[in-house]
Amino acid sequence: MEGVLGILERLDRRWVFLAMALAVAGPILVMGITRKTLPETPTDASRAVFQVVQSLPRGSTVLLSFDFDPGSAGELEPMGVSMARQCALRGHKMVFISLWPLGGQMIDQTIKKVLRADFPHLQDGVDYVNLGFQTGNEQVMRVVLTDFKRAFPTTKAGRATADLPILSGIERVGDFALLAQVSAGYPGSKEWVQYVVSASGGKLPMVSGCTGVQTPQLYPYFPGQLRGLLGAIKGAAEYESLINAWVSDPANAAEMASAGADGGVSAVIPPKYLEAQRRMGPQLGAHLLMVVLILLGNVVYLAQRRSQRRAAA
Amino acid sequence: MMRIVALAIASVAGLVMLLSPFFPAMESVGAQSSEIFNVIAAIAFILGAGSLVKVNLSRVGRRDTGWGYAFVTLLCFAITLIVGLGKIGVPPNPQFAATPWAGEKDAAGSAFAWIYEFILTPITSTMFALLAFYVASAAFRAFRAKNREAMLLLGTAFIVLLGRTFAGVWLTGGFPEWASGLRLENLSMFIMQVFNTAGNRAIIIGIALGVTATSLRILLGIDRSWMGAGGGSA
Repeated sequence: MEGVLGILERLDRRWVFLAMALAVAGPILVMGITRKTLPETPTDASRAVFQVVQSLPRGSTVLLSFDFDPGSAGELEPMGVSMARQCALRGHKMVFISLWPLGGQMIDQTIKKVLRADFPHLQDGVDYVNLGFQTGNEQVMRVVLTDFKRAFPTTKAGRATADLPILSGIERVGDFALLAQVSAGYPGSKEWVQYVVSASGGKLPMVSGCTGVQTPQLYPYFPGQLRGLLGAIKGAAEYESLINAWVSDPANAAEMASAGADGGVSAVIPPKYLEAQRRMGPQLGAHLLMVVLILLGNVVYLAQRRSQRRAAA
Repeated sequence: MMRIVALAIASVAGLVMLLSPFFPAMESVGAQSSEIFNVIAAIAFILGAGSLVKVNLSRVGRRDTGWGYAFVTLLCFAITLIVGLGKIGVPPNPQFAATPWAGEKDAAGSAFAWIYEFILTPITSTMFALLAFYVASAAFRAFRAKNREAMLLLGTAFIVLLGRTFAGVWLTGGFPEWASGLRLENLSMFIMQVFNTAGNRAIIIGIALGVTATSLRILLGIDRSWMGAGGGSA
C-alpha cells in the first residue's frame, strides 16, 4: 500500500494530463463510431426555454443576441444553433445581433448551418437578418431601449435597417416578442437583464444560454427576469433533445411542413443537431476522472497526515 | 480648470443616464449620451491598438525577455489590420455592385474570413480546451478535505459534477419516487436553485449597494480617482 501511495505522491502531472486526454477522447471516438448519444432528462430551466419559444404566436419577431466568440463556441454554439432552428421551425422571424466583436461571424456560421441549409425558402432581410456587432456594451442596450435602429443603422452586409421588411413595426427592443441571448461573459445575460429586461418592466421576455461559469450567477434571475436558462453544454444538450423529440414526433408533421423544414419529420436527426448531446460523453468522462482524482488526492493527503502524526508521537 | 470641466462632464452625463429611465422626456437625451459614449468607445479601440503597438515595439527594441512573442504579436496585428482594412480577397457586394470595396470584410472567401476560420477559431478553442487539463491537475493536488468547510465544498462538488452528467442518472436513477429528491441530478438542481441562488442574491444586492454608493461619490465629485494621478478625493 505504501508503494501505491508513494507513486501517487510523486505522480507527474503529465500522467494526469494523459488521463484527461483519454477520458475525453474515448467517449468522442465511441460516440463518433456508434453515432449514439446519452439520454437527457431536461431540467425545468431548459424545458422553459423550449416552451417559451413554442408558445409565441407563429411569425413573431425574435431578437437573438449572440454574445460569444470561438473560445466558448464549444459550449455555446449548439445553443445558438438550436435557438435558430426552433425559431425557424415555429416560423418566427429572427433578428441576430452581437455585442462581442467576433459574434457577427458566429451568427454567419449559424445562418449558414441552419437557415440556408435546412430552410432555404427563408429570405435574408425578410425572415432573418444579421445586424452584426455593435460596440458600446451596456450603452447599446440603453439605446435599443428607446430606438433600436439608431443602435443598429445597418446590417452586417451594409444594408440600411430603416427600410428592412423584418424590422417594420420594430421601434424599440420592447417591440420584439422575445429576447433569446447566448452569453459567454461580459457583456452578456446579466447586463441584458439589468439594463433591458428590468427597464422594460418585465414586458420583454428573455431566455438565456450561458457558459458553465456563468450559470450559478444567473440562477437568481430564473424564473423571474429570465423565463428560461440553458446552463453550459448540459443545458444545450437538454434543449437540443427537446427539439429533436418534437421534430421526431409525427404529431408535428403538419407544422413542420408549413414551416418548410427540409425533409419534414424524421427519425434520423442530422449530426449537426446532435452536437451538444454528443459532447455530453466527453463531459461524463472528464467529470468522472475529476471525481476519481479528487478522491485519490485526498487518500494521499490523509495518508500523509497520518504518517506526520505518527512521526510526531 | 481642466479637472473642473472633466468633473462637470462626468456629473452631467451620469445624472442624465440616472434620470432618463424615470422621465420619458429625457429618454432621447439619455440615448444621445449613450451614442456619444459609443463614439468614444470606438476611439478607445484606436488608442488600444496604439498602446499595443507602442508596448510591443519597445519590448522588441530593448530585446526584453520574450521579445520574440512581442514580435509575433506585432506581425499578426499588422497582417490582420492590412487584410481587414484593405478588404483583401473580398468578393464584390451584389447589392452595391458599382461601389468598390462594398463587400463585407469577412465575407466567405476573403482573407479575413480565412484568418478567422483557420487561425483565430482553432487558437481560441485550443486555449479554452487546455483548461480541462489544468483543472484536472488542480483537482488532484489542491482539493483537499482539510477542514469541515472544505469537506462541505468537496461534497457539493461531487454532487454537482456527477449530477450534471449521465452518471447521476445511472447511479441514482433507480431510487423510488418518494426518494426522488435524493437523485443526484435533482440534488444538483436543488443546490443550484436554493443554496447557490441565496448566496448569489446576497452578493448581487451587496454589489448593487456598493455600486450605488461609489456612483454617488463620483457624481458628486467626492471620488475623483477615475481621473488618474492628480485626481484624488475632495
